[in-house]
Amino acid sequence: MIALEHVTKRYGAVTVVEDLSLAVAAGEFCVIIGTSGAGKSTALKMINRLVSPSEGRVCVDGEDVSLLPPAALRRRIGYVIQSIGLFPHWTVTRNIGAVPELLGWSKARIRARAAELLALLKLAPDAFLDRYPHELSVGQQQRVGIARALAADQDILLMDEPFGALDPITREGLQAEIAEIQRSSRKTVVFVTHDMDEALKLGSRIAVMDRGRLVQAAPPLELLTAPASDFVRDLVGRDDLGVKLLGLGTVASRLRAGASVPGEPIAAGASLRQALSRMVAEGCDRLAVADAEGHPLGAVHLADLLRR
Amino acid sequence: MVRNRVLLVLLLAGLLAVPSLAFLTLAPNRLISGAPVGLGAMHHEGALVLLMPGVLLALGVFLPQRAAFHAVTAAAAASFLLLLVRLAGSEAAVLAQTAPPVARISPGGAFWVLLIAAALALSNALRRLAVPVPVGVLLGAAMLGAMILLLLSGALDSLAILREYAARRAAFAAAILRHAAMVALALLPTLLLGVPLGVLARHRAALAAWLFPLLNVVQTIPSIALFGLLLAPLSELAAFFPALARLGIGGVGMLPAVIALILYALLPVTRNTSEGLAGVSPAALEAGRGFGMTPRQLLWRVELPLALPVILSGLRIATLQTIGLAAVAALIGAGGLGAIMFQGLFADALDLVLLGVLPIIAMALAANALFDLGLARLHRMPR
Repeated sequence: MIALEHVTKRYGAVTVVEDLSLAVAAGEFCVIIGTSGAGKSTALKMINRLVSPSEGRVCVDGEDVSLLPPAALRRRIGYVIQSIGLFPHWTVTRNIGAVPELLGWSKARIRARAAELLALLKLAPDAFLDRYPHELSVGQQQRVGIARALAADQDILLMDEPFGALDPITREGLQAEIAEIQRSSRKTVVFVTHDMDEALKLGSRIAVMDRGRLVQAAPPLELLTAPASDFVRDLVGRDDLGVKLLGLGTVASRLRAGASVPGEPIAAGASLRQALSRMVAEGCDRLAVADAEGHPLGAVHLADLLRR
Repeated sequence: MVRNRVLLVLLLAGLLAVPSLAFLTLAPNRLISGAPVGLGAMHHEGALVLLMPGVLLALGVFLPQRAAFHAVTAAAAASFLLLLVRLAGSEAAVLAQTAPPVARISPGGAFWVLLIAAALALSNALRRLAVPVPVGVLLGAAMLGAMILLLLSGALDSLAILREYAARRAAFAAAILRHAAMVALALLPTLLLGVPLGVLARHRAALAAWLFPLLNVVQTIPSIALFGLLLAPLSELAAFFPALARLGIGGVGMLPAVIALILYALLPVTRNTSEGLAGVSPAALEAGRGFGMTPRQLLWRVELPLALPVILSGLRIATLQTIGLAAVAALIGAGGLGAIMFQGLFADALDLVLLGVLPIIAMALAANALFDLGLARLHRMPR
């Protein structure tokens, strides 16, 4: 779906991205992670031609993007940026409708689509459709920013540190929503972040960049268990590797079905890391497990967490 | 306990002016300077009508600074202002009864000091009241309306400025129209030229590097010199192409005046367009580009709307400047209110100067109020 082939970007004497090759398959959630200045944003912007590579080729759907008109290419790709960039003189509806408007949708269709997306992102449509960006909190603004990127329902979504400026609670909520949206829509997402926890939580594959080069591109578990270099090992964190590994699994995968344990149950969809945290905090070695509706499913034991 | 120092200063200025300066001056004819007539020498009820609003204004200095008292001060200042003008008219009428028909009765220093003090007290009280812009403009229009009613009622007819007006009604109306036409003819091309130039200068540093210094230099040329500079090439042009001369194009008249006014007005419009665009949030630009807006769509949908308040401020400066400068254009035969003003200056007839200048001031105030309204509307929308 997206292929960067031996891509290099230089600004004068400075090489920002060097010989980067990365293929993102359709439906994949690819996270590009690295320290600041690693070239991850530049790599992302070469996909929608906001940056043109000095060398190499970028293909989207098998087409070389340098041969496509930039505006037409970008209208096929959803885009979310850290600074959000809502148009301050437009209402929420018109902001969400920015791309559909360029594509020539009718006003009524845009409004209906905006309402649908606001609901999807847990903002009450009636309360928000006609508001201006400055009347929203930063978290609400970024929800609108994501709705805007989803508006034309393109197959590809590029996200450039979208949650970097949000508080932890808002960030977690939006991470869960974007993961759910990607799961249900099977969009191809390329997501830039410098937060390893975010990368592990969201990515089906994680591409680690260091000083312009791709160091490793692997699924989360492989990245944790078989880091390609000391840099990757440092980035995933040597000290809390164990809890990060636990973060990848869900309670459902270690469930002792039918077992009964007293106490407040944990959701089957919660991560093993959350289960461990609960056990430590509550000083117990087993937790009751319930499904999303609260029906008891069984239990999970501390020993289960240690199984590989 | 003094609670409003601004009002105190204005009050003291008024109290000092009344005994020391003339309220009206009476001249046997237009060319001889007049003898002073003080406020104390007034006939019948005379200056007493000013007492009531005057006392209220004096109270305003000492009363607590509350909205209700500011409103009283504003009302007192407004009525003081109108009563003052009416008093000048009625006293002039009394004086005129015993004076020869060619005598000229004009407002004196005390009148002007009181007038300006009352106007400042009014605007200060309105500012302290923090009235919304549309209300302020409405109040201004109401004051203007009251003033026009006074003029039409004939109550001021004995004042020299109205005698001058009575002698040249048709010329006066034509001068106002010509002045307004000159301003419009200068501003339209300024807008059509200045905004695109500002857009270009924003994106092309090479253009900005010589355009802005050039326009800055133009601003420093005294207006009379610029009118003079245009005289030679335009009369050459007209001499070379007689067809142009037949169209009225030449070294003197409206055309060189309009060209000079455009040259002056270009700087504020161009610079503010460029600066307004530079102030547009980079995030909005990146988003617009990232969504596939073409540069033209980005300009019309995002950049220009977001820069609009700054562009309008530039146009406001250009408009006020053009209204004033157009008066000087009368020197090269462009006509307008400046012609009346210069006629008065050269004849040493102060009232005639005022007849030319007061409408220019009124025009500038009206334009300013319109821009206030427009900008207030924009600011209600977030930027």
